[in-house]
Amino acid sequence: MTSLRVVARSGGWRWLALVPIAFLGVFFVWPLVEILRTGLAPGGDLTLSPFGTVLGDDFYLGRLWFTLWQALVSTLLTLLLGLPSAYAFARYDFPGKTLLRALTTVPFVMPTIVVAFGFIALIGPSGLINDLLQSVFGFDEPPLRIMNTITVILLAHVFYNYTIVMRTVSALWANVDPRTEEAARVLGASPLQVFLRVTFPQIAPAIAASALLVFMFTFTSFGVVLILGGPEFATLEVTIYNLTARLFRLPLAASLSIVQIVFTFGFMLLYARLQERSAVPISFQPQGAARSRLSRRGKALAGLNFLIVGVLLLGPMLALVERSFRATEGYTLDHYRRLESGLDQNVLFVPLSESLGNSLQFAATTVAIAVPLGTIVAFWLARSRGRWRNVVDALFMLPLGVSAVTLGFGILITLDTPPLDLRASWLILVIAHVLVAYPFVVRSVLAVARSIDPRLREAAAVLGASPLRAFRFVDLPIAARAILVGVTFAFAVSMGEFGASLLLTRPENSTLPIAIFRSLGQPGAERLGAALALSTILMTVSALGFILIERARYRDIGEF
Amino acid sequence: MRISTDWRSLKLAAAAFFVVALIGAACGGDDDDDEPSVAELRGETLTLVTHASFAISGDTIAAFEAQYGVTVEILPAGDAVEALNRVILTKGNPIGDVMFGVDNISYVRALSEGIFEEYESPELDNVDGRWIFDDSNHVTPINYGYVLFNYQKAALESGGLTPPTTLEELTLPAWAGRVAVEDPNTSSPGQQFMLATIAYFGENGQYTWLDFWRDMRANDVIVTAGWEDAYYAQFVQYGGEAWLVMSYATSPPAEVIFAEEPLDSSPTGNAIIPNASYLQIEGVGILKGTPRRALAEKFIDFMLGARFQEDIPGNMFVYPVRRGASLPQEFVDFADVPEHPAELDPEQVEANLERWLDEWSDVVLR
Repeated sequence: MTSLRVVARSGGWRWLALVPIAFLGVFFVWPLVEILRTGLAPGGDLTLSPFGTVLGDDFYLGRLWFTLWQALVSTLLTLLLGLPSAYAFARYDFPGKTLLRALTTVPFVMPTIVVAFGFIALIGPSGLINDLLQSVFGFDEPPLRIMNTITVILLAHVFYNYTIVMRTVSALWANVDPRTEEAARVLGASPLQVFLRVTFPQIAPAIAASALLVFMFTFTSFGVVLILGGPEFATLEVTIYNLTARLFRLPLAASLSIVQIVFTFGFMLLYARLQERSAVPISFQPQGAARSRLSRRGKALAGLNFLIVGVLLLGPMLALVERSFRATEGYTLDHYRRLESGLDQNVLFVPLSESLGNSLQFAATTVAIAVPLGTIVAFWLARSRGRWRNVVDALFMLPLGVSAVTLGFGILITLDTPPLDLRASWLILVIAHVLVAYPFVVRSVLAVARSIDPRLREAAAVLGASPLRAFRFVDLPIAARAILVGVTFAFAVSMGEFGASLLLTRPENSTLPIAIFRSLGQPGAERLGAALALSTILMTVSALGFILIERARYRDIGEF
Repeated sequence: MRISTDWRSLKLAAAAFFVVALIGAACGGDDDDDEPSVAELRGETLTLVTHASFAISGDTIAAFEAQYGVTVEILPAGDAVEALNRVILTKGNPIGDVMFGVDNISYVRALSEGIFEEYESPELDNVDGRWIFDDSNHVTPINYGYVLFNYQKAALESGGLTPPTTLEELTLPAWAGRVAVEDPNTSSPGQQFMLATIAYFGENGQYTWLDFWRDMRANDVIVTAGWEDAYYAQFVQYGGEAWLVMSYATSPPAEVIFAEEPLDSSPTGNAIIPNASYLQIEGVGILKGTPRRALAEKFIDFMLGARFQEDIPGNMFVYPVRRGASLPQEFVDFADVPEHPAELDPEQVEANLERWLDEWSDVVLR
């Protein structure tokens, strides 16, 4: 029996795990250690005095405090809006469900500057909502003034991260057997009791996983704080960027990076412990079995939820799309006409077909690397009973918690010699995307992998299935939805082009987001128009991608 | 028992880490075998490191490539400040052969970091002496431009205002909430305007530059992270509330060139405030240790040649330094060349910049 359990548990995962470990070691740990060493031991001797400067300065402590509380509030707000949606998406069918799910993931790929245009068009001083309020209530001045305030930072964080909660939680929730809830109700439990005692414990791992991801993203928030929040607000990430890329004060930057790492690592460790304790084997149900009807109150709640989601998420995006077709008078396709030929002769210009092709190619490569890597890590961690597994779990999440500019500079000074001179290679772009993408796969898959009843696999082993067969026919079908969630985020991360501006990009490797930035490089209505048209194309293509991924099925895999 | 098995697998993993890292480190050894190649340039690839605002016609680069049978690779790396810092970080193993985008202030730092080799281009004979800012010939000037306020004509008309002629005016109630500038901590034009205010008001006396910024803050000056958000999100021309935006003297012609419908005049204009516009001269240098020194020299000569120089304005929206280089008609019609830009001592800027940024942040942001 013991030997059987060992086979069923660890299988070959620990050997496979050498692949993600090597990947992380070369492309993450090594550059990170080198750049921190450059900062803290420039001449070879370690100095810790910058830590004193950072930790003894009210300015830096203030930024740490701001980073913490805005991330916490953003996470709570995102959960507040995301969880009811996750429930509705998990349990009910409604027209346009696939499309809506795809659209709510689109914000994830949007460059912040473009999102800022969308927010201004919607809630800016002369935006749609203020115009409406002014004409209805006759205000003299725009009543709603939230641009460059903490409010808009929090709203933008919900805008970007809502989809993480909605997708991660609904993937698990959809598999929870509703009969467990019905049984509790028959036995006299109130709806609240049913949720707290029966449903919540089963979906808790996914809630915790998505909360951690949202927290990490908002803790290291950069563009939203910088562009939408304005210069009065700064997270640690923004401060580290200023110290590294602009002021070139590497000792201070390194010590602040380490403070950031200590915090993110601490949170991830705490989370890994909590999540492990909270994981309970659940009896998975195929999707179809979970469908139930919406009560009237349920309908009203879901309606309200979707109204908020509609205004907050779809509003800014629709405003951008509308503006991309708007001319001085009426509507036009003009902004789309010269995306292929260009507005100028610039040698750095990349035609739409090329930037779009690059974006899709990089996204596909990112998915192809990040999904297997993340899945291996997730199953390895799920099966491991090692004492250090929580530490290892937290270490694997670390790329999300490390300043992008720190890593970018680290890559410049480490991966700089053939055969590993990747400084201006397209590979380094993909690797950067993979580093942000695979943690999504890990979180999403691990939440499910831990909930798979080990007896299922033992039964398969008793019946003579090899570990590989047991994985293929027991684990994979159950984890498929969670893996698809990982695929979606890996695709989204890459389409959204995280961190590329911090690396070196050859013109021929330009992606859609880079083309958008380049278009905004000079003044002129045509240039803004072209940037908005490119943004609309980025949104459309990403949404189509999300729908296609959702439709992906292989035999029985994906039916759960 | 099981615990120890997994512990062992982890140790194994750590060892694997180490081995891979060691192999990587071992590959990073020798780098003093660069022999400057000379006569035969054919087939070489020249890498130009620059900032994201670099722009030139594809045909122009192709002409150089055809002339010498070489390939030119352009690597844009963030804005000018970020690009320079990347080059400084990698100076032991340069990411390219030449770097464009060092200016009449930042060259001081570039020289003290020793990232450039000396080169005196024969083409400098065609350049007016006032553009040559580096007497040591490590940085060769290529173009110049002015950072100043743009205004929207229609907005000023409707508000009954005329373009400001002094900086002091901007602290008056008429301009409250109508002026957008960039944060000098995160933006090059923002930093350049901050320097211009230091030159204009000075650090000492009755009314210092910090007094000005204190009054600007009280007058609800709009501060953005970068030029893009100032221009395309805050400027009234694109739906914002600012009537004045910190931009470039060549932005009005760009508005005409990139208009949706053909225009007779620019919707925006330059507010020429004596001693308050910032003159930026950008230059190029040969990165120390390049094995393609001969080709790098040819490229710098080419950048100063008539073809490249006349291609600059229409692409980068700045002025060429070459004497007699022709300009697009829009530049002649709609751009202005301020006669009295702010005067700054580069050495002094280099010595005080960090302190100034801190002081500015204290007054405007905190």
